[in-house]
Amino acid sequence: MVRTYALLAWTWTRAAMAYRASFALMVVLGVCVTATDVAVILVIFSHTTALAGFTRDEVLFLYGAAGLPFALCDLLVSNVDRVSQHIRAGTLDTMLVRPVGTWIQLAADRFAPTRAGRVLQAAAVLGYALAVLDLDAGRLWMVPVMLATGTVIFAAIWTLGGAAQFLLTDAPEVINSFTYGGGQLTQYPLSVYGRDLVRGVTYVLPLAFVNWQPALYVLDRDDPFGTPGFVRFLGPVAAAVLALLAGLAWRQGIRHYRSTGS
Amino acid sequence: MPSPRRADHNPGLPLAGPRAGPGTACHRAITLRRCVSFSLYARLAGYGFRKHATYVGAALAGAFTNSVFGVLRAYILIALWQARPGLAGYDVTAAVTFCFVTQAFIGPMQLLGGGLTLPERIRTGDIALDLVRPAPLQLWLLAEDLGRAAYQLLLRGLPPMLAGAAVFGITVPRDPARWAGVLACVTAGVVVSFAWRYLVCLSVCWLADDRGVMVCSMLLTTLLSGMMVPLTLFPGALGELVRALPWAAMAQAPADVYLGTAPAGPTLAFQAAWGAALLALGALATRAVRHRVVIQGG
Amino acid sequence: MIETERAGRAFKVRGSVVHAVRDLSFRIEPGEFVGCLGPNGAGKSTTIKMLCGILTPTSGRVRVAGLDPSRARTALARRIGVVFGQRTTLWWDLPLRDSFELVRLLYKVDRKLFAARLDELTEALDLGGFARTPVRQLSLGQRMRGDLAAALLHDPEVLVLDEPTIGLDVVSKAGIRSFLLRVNAERGTTVLLTTHDLGDVERLCRRVLLIDHGRLAFDGSVGDLMATAPGPATIEEVVTRLYTRGRAAPPPVEPV
Ligand SMILES: Nc1ncnc2c1ncn2[C@@H]1O[C@H](COP(=O)(O)OP(=O)(O)OP(=O)(O)O)[C@@H](O)[C@H]1O
Ligand SMILES: [Mg+2]
Repeated sequence: MVRTYALLAWTWTRAAMAYRASFALMVVLGVCVTATDVAVILVIFSHTTALAGFTRDEVLFLYGAAGLPFALCDLLVSNVDRVSQHIRAGTLDTMLVRPVGTWIQLAADRFAPTRAGRVLQAAAVLGYALAVLDLDAGRLWMVPVMLATGTVIFAAIWTLGGAAQFLLTDAPEVINSFTYGGGQLTQYPLSVYGRDLVRGVTYVLPLAFVNWQPALYVLDRDDPFGTPGFVRFLGPVAAAVLALLAGLAWRQGIRHYRSTGS
Repeated sequence: MPSPRRADHNPGLPLAGPRAGPGTACHRAITLRRCVSFSLYARLAGYGFRKHATYVGAALAGAFTNSVFGVLRAYILIALWQARPGLAGYDVTAAVTFCFVTQAFIGPMQLLGGGLTLPERIRTGDIALDLVRPAPLQLWLLAEDLGRAAYQLLLRGLPPMLAGAAVFGITVPRDPARWAGVLACVTAGVVVSFAWRYLVCLSVCWLADDRGVMVCSMLLTTLLSGMMVPLTLFPGALGELVRALPWAAMAQAPADVYLGTAPAGPTLAFQAAWGAALLALGALATRAVRHRVVIQGG
Repeated sequence: MIETERAGRAFKVRGSVVHAVRDLSFRIEPGEFVGCLGPNGAGKSTTIKMLCGILTPTSGRVRVAGLDPSRARTALARRIGVVFGQRTTLWWDLPLRDSFELVRLLYKVDRKLFAARLDELTEALDLGGFARTPVRQLSLGQRMRGDLAAALLHDPEVLVLDEPTIGLDVVSKAGIRSFLLRVNAERGTTVLLTTHDLGDVERLCRRVLLIDHGRLAFDGSVGDLMATAPGPATIEEVVTRLYTRGRAAPPPVEPV
């Protein structure tokens, strides 16, 4: 599976590298696009020292810890959200007659290596935050765990979004609310948001486990919403459950695929 | 206090005067042609409206996404305004309202780019067909785009406002004169947005890498229109500068008129100046493209 | 090789149910060359899609190469080749050569075998001239030849083609036809194709399946098909008669 993905991705990379100048430009622009989010954070903190109880560097830590898995998924799996385009263009039919999983083919289709720049950008912000924050070294083990958890959660959300498009062929943009919306939501401490929204992203769509809950542990803080301490460690469980659901939904989507009358 | 848009920073282009005196045959011919073209452009606008009306699902999906992002952004602004009440001359309600108004502009003003199929047509060479039509391409597309914007103002503009009203409560102007000003400024904003997107699309003719240009345009528009954070939060001279650029005319300026933090007249003049300047540039660019495509043959 | 048993596929379209295919039963033995005819909307493409595993049948049973296509889709994919004349299975933005390379990787074809096979196909389909051209810039005829080559690179046992000659000129058609005959004769590949071109049927198919309103209306040799007419008739007349059976006859065409 990984091998097939790598091979497909490499073919697209080679095609993209054929125009070197344009490739470089797209990398730089990709970084700029995500950098606008950091710019917004900096603009906000030019007017205040704390946002909903969190300092600038803490917010940058949250941003990096969610941004890195988000950018990774944006690079590696976000293409599965083009299901409805593929249905309409009929290219999903061709993927279905190839001897490789449809999910892999979709995820690798038009693999855009230029998005790698965003991964580096998010990693840089995370690195900066880790360096300037005075963190308890005994809690740092949580950082790789939260990155892995976040990656699985975002990948699962994208997959669910792709699966939903077997039904929502005409309105794929709804999916963006959950994928890119999830990316936007996790850039800030959840204490910014309303209680109901936070409940929703803790117990229904577990975005809170991408960075918020584990980051509370890393930063050694109590949850302003008062969830008990053990919830900080539930990320991997939430990610596994969501991934399982996404897998099932995806299967159902393919099974009930109607193709198009050509 | 946010400084009101200074229209005198951007002197408008002089409007072309009538080329024939009243009563002459030439004048009558022009009047007739004007009538014909007016109905043509009205028809085109109607066509743009109806063309987009076939994508109700897509429009509502877009409205949903805009509403969700509106809610997320609003919470951040609320947190900021709780820390700094009265920042930039807005109170919390004004900041939240600003957030949803600008989200409502995303569709009509196409703040995330797109809306024109021009690059596709340039790449396939179909642009040659558009250029030999008797009506100027730019006006033709502007009319269609105004129709599109009208449709999207209804379907993608109203839902985020309603969402904002339902979740947080937003201010709604009571004064009909203010509403007239808002409507005028939104229309002017669409014209500026169109003129900018038109220029971006035509650049495909000269630049091999159209994707790069599109992303650049999106970057500039999202950051400098006020859609992500109010431009009034940008510090000092930088703030002065970004509030005088054309992107400010697409979201920040009409939103301020809606909030009553800027007067409609000068704002409209500011937008009209940029609209005229960009449309004039667009006309020049169209001439160059016509020369390249129709006369030189690609 | 291909077997359907009362296979059916229904679509729910705005509340009502459209039976695109119903009660379809036929059997195709290894090495056969079968043409599938039927008026527009008869259910030919739907049938083909069920045979490749793209659509799950809503009733009955389908088996290809001993496998249930919708359950064992990826396993089946290795053993069949599919061409959709209306759209390409190639990668739109990649040069033909890169598309073939991807096919090799996806189908895990051995490098040596692949090279030999590609040479053979390049020669037979005359692909040499445009191997480096991105697919979107190819002419329809070139693209179709590329598609055919891509479908055969892994040496499938069954070749399924949905309107492979659509939109091609006489010469390209003749080239594709003789190529298909060669594949069928030399490799013993089972071929099933749908077409609206009766020339395809006359020159290629030993057997004809005629689908109408989602049901099998005729199954037999081309000779049997011709014999359904009361008197001597051309194949166009025969097929027109079968298509319009139970409907008002089409207006007579004035000879020019
Ligand atoms: N995805 C779909 N959703 C709804 N209806 C469909 C779908 N696919 C096919 N149909 C319907 O099923 C019937 C059979 O369609 P199909 O494409 O199989 O016909 P066909 O024999 O291939 O026709 P043609 O010769 O025009 O290609 C048609 O009435 C069509 O409208
Ligand atoms: Mg068909």
